[in-house]
Amino acid sequence: MEAANPVGELDLDLDAFEGPFDLLLTLVLRDELPLSEVDLAQVVIAFLEHLAGREALDLDACGEFLVLISALLELKARGLFPEEEAELAELEPEEAAEELARRLAEYRRAKDGAAWLAERLADSGDRYFRLGPAPLAPVQPEPVFAAQKPARLAAALRALAVEPLALSTAHMALEFPPLGRFLERWRSLLRRRSRLDFDLEVEGLSRVEIAVAFMALLELARQRELSIAQAGSFAPIRISRFSEERSLTWTAHSA
Amino acid sequence: MDRALRLVATSPVQELARTIEALLVIASMPLTSAELADATSDDEERVGDALELLAERYREGRSGIVLEHVAGGYAFRASREAAAACARLYERPIERGLTQAALETLAIVAYLGPSTRPEITRIRGVNADAAVAGLVERGLLAEAGRESEFGAVRYLTTPLFERVFGLESLAELPRLEELGSDTAELRARLEAVAEKRPA
Repeated sequence: MEAANPVGELDLDLDAFEGPFDLLLTLVLRDELPLSEVDLAQVVIAFLEHLAGREALDLDACGEFLVLISALLELKARGLFPEEEAELAELEPEEAAEELARRLAEYRRAKDGAAWLAERLADSGDRYFRLGPAPLAPVQPEPVFAAQKPARLAAALRALAVEPLALSTAHMALEFPPLGRFLERWRSLLRRRSRLDFDLEVEGLSRVEIAVAFMALLELARQRELSIAQAGSFAPIRISRFSEERSLTWTAHSA
Repeated sequence: MDRALRLVATSPVQELARTIEALLVIASMPLTSAELADATSDDEERVGDALELLAERYREGRSGIVLEHVAGGYAFRASREAAAACARLYERPIERGLTQAALETLAIVAYLGPSTRPEITRIRGVNADAAVAGLVERGLLAEAGRESEFGAVRYLTTPLFERVFGLESLAELPRLEELGSDTAELRARLEAVAEKRPA
């Protein structure tokens, strides 16, 4: 078969591609076939076989093939090891040779390991065994509960359903009645009567109201509108219209 | 021949052997002696004795079923003389059509695993994605976490790999130093080629 373009029409039958070399190039250049998937060594072997089948050596075709395949190799190397390009470029020739030898040795070991495995597989060709999913562990039995009476459950729920005791929040919002109200009250009482007993007058009032009433009383005593007297600690508080004399007594007692 | 298969209950070890025999018949993966000891509520030493008894009874040439120590455990398989009959009835989907690329990838992971796809690619010089995906699908490789730096998935060979290749464990692989020519030899060959090259 004498082709016009012996390289372009080189027929390839690779794992990742089947067809003429021209098409392979086109697909690679259009990014439709990842070069990393293509075994370029197989392309070289196919070309050598193609050459072997011809009588005369076509130097032009060989040259063209060399240029194309080296370009592809470089593209593939860049694609596979993008970050190593700079790293390797910095190596001295001596180091580069060492690195290359190391990598080749590494790959050779992988290849030999693969050959050993292939041999082993061939040896195991007559070993048949059962295959299947991993066996299931036995299902744990559901826990069994002792029989219970529904009435007990109802009682337990009822105990939970009782409304909690209402908490008094009265202390959180103390409302103080206006002082003026009690000032007026004491003044009007003293207008009608000359003597008053504190405890009797505040009877029935809340603790807060009693406190405010007492503050009002102190205020009026300060302004000398009335006098306060108490025989001793916790003795009844007597209130009377203001008199200099009583006021002094009160002051002396309280001191 | 039928006498060879029958276990006569004359000692407790033989009783234990019968139970182990039953467990191995229903197992689809090799059982370790620890698993057998657990299932039989017996100690591992006695399980070992019972397994020796079974290994003698179920060996090539004596029985159609052979007890083998494989993938870190014990399992039954068909005897080699029954292979032709088995082949007519059963397919071997896991090992069928394993390519050179797949075998190289398996070798790399078996020796260097856990390995990532970029590591395999670097050694083989060809993208490893398809080979790794195929091996995972066959159940010969399994994911084993991610590497810390770039988060690439790491792969390890599975117990099924050891079973398919008839390995007791990965330790049965030839030592790494025994494989391939060493770096010094390759270096010498590279230099020899370089010297021949016209300047």
